[in-house]
Amino acid sequence: MKDLVKSLALIPILALPPSSASADPLPSGTTFQSTAIRAQQADEGANPGMLWVEAGAKLWGRTEGSAGKSCAACHGPAEQSMKGVAFRYPAVEPTTGHLLNLETRINLCRTKNQKAAPLAYESGELLGLAAFAARQSLGLPIGVRIDGAAAPFYEQGKAFFYRRRGQLNLSCAQCHVDNAGRKLRADTISHGLGNGYPTYRLEWQTVGSLHRRFRACLFGVRAVQYDFGAPDYLDLELYLASRAEGIAIETPAIRP
Amino acid sequence: MRLAATALALSLAFAFVNAKARDASGLSPFVIVNDAVPAALGGLKGDPARGRQIALDRRRGNCLICHAIPETGEPFPGEIGPSLAGVAARFSEGQIRLRLVDQSRLNPKTVMPSYYRIASFTDVAPEYRGKPVLDTQEIEDLVAYLGTLGK
Repeated sequence: MKDLVKSLALIPILALPPSSASADPLPSGTTFQSTAIRAQQADEGANPGMLWVEAGAKLWGRTEGSAGKSCAACHGPAEQSMKGVAFRYPAVEPTTGHLLNLETRINLCRTKNQKAAPLAYESGELLGLAAFAARQSLGLPIGVRIDGAAAPFYEQGKAFFYRRRGQLNLSCAQCHVDNAGRKLRADTISHGLGNGYPTYRLEWQTVGSLHRRFRACLFGVRAVQYDFGAPDYLDLELYLASRAEGIAIETPAIRP
Repeated sequence: MRLAATALALSLAFAFVNAKARDASGLSPFVIVNDAVPAALGGLKGDPARGRQIALDRRRGNCLICHAIPETGEPFPGEIGPSLAGVAARFSEGQIRLRLVDQSRLNPKTVMPSYYRIASFTDVAPEYRGKPVLDTQEIEDLVAYLGTLGK
């Protein structure tokens, strides 16, 4: 009997897939958009988010901070050095053990290597640099590490995703898993993947970060909102990226 | 002046009666019988016209975000919950009241918010802490409005 219990306890561990790669990728939120929005997103000349990408490209070459360096001074042309970077983020920074997304990674580079002040989280400059960096991975499939040093962050993000919260007492999963693909008023609920961020939202009339989107969701369920770049949001961003395994980066996407 | 004083006295008396009908949480206590709350909350009478406004108001009932209400003629209703067309033919007034007050009593995993509950919530935004989504009168107004659908 004891042996049976022991062997039963092993089953879930053995049955775990090595990563989430075994399942078919979930559909990108873009598939739920109108033909007009999808066409505008795909057209570089018409996608308003490309203005932020262009601003980021200019910043890439601009010398910043007391170290007298630009991004390009160390990284060279972003078209080469940043290709295939964004799809690995969020990732654990090995020297500090902190989980970083693109935005917080860019700011670490500024303070540590450029000796420049960090950019404000939702500033046009940081959104531009993040959008420009992510754009270099356009079409490449997301694949983040969730094992090793990333495992505790992943588990915390997953717990956040499934925890009910706010006066309306809803978890992320109740909408973005249980009811994905259904209409919430006129909008179709996506799977909540984040593969198009920073994204241009018509509602915002600007490009915004995934953390801004988190804040909007939490506002909607009347829950506590955290600061941009907060650890809870970074953990959640990692969990969403794990759900987005195999989905192409579409930055900057367009959403209603 | 005298009229104003009378109005003030009346409203104070009304507030006193209301306060007596509520428990420490500020919510009127209610009794669940099977899957219904048969008695009106706080003994209040609902007004269907006001209830209709609350159902449509995005900051209060916001029913259309999840449910169709064909009678309203509003386009693009949500499709998370069932259509409310004919809801009064399917449920009694008391059954409707419990489903608004706290659907989680019937289904702990429900996606429908509890509109008249303040306990056991997590990470509520400061401005909503200790408050129900709808107050006692608003619940009764909604019950009255939904009671007109489908009869």
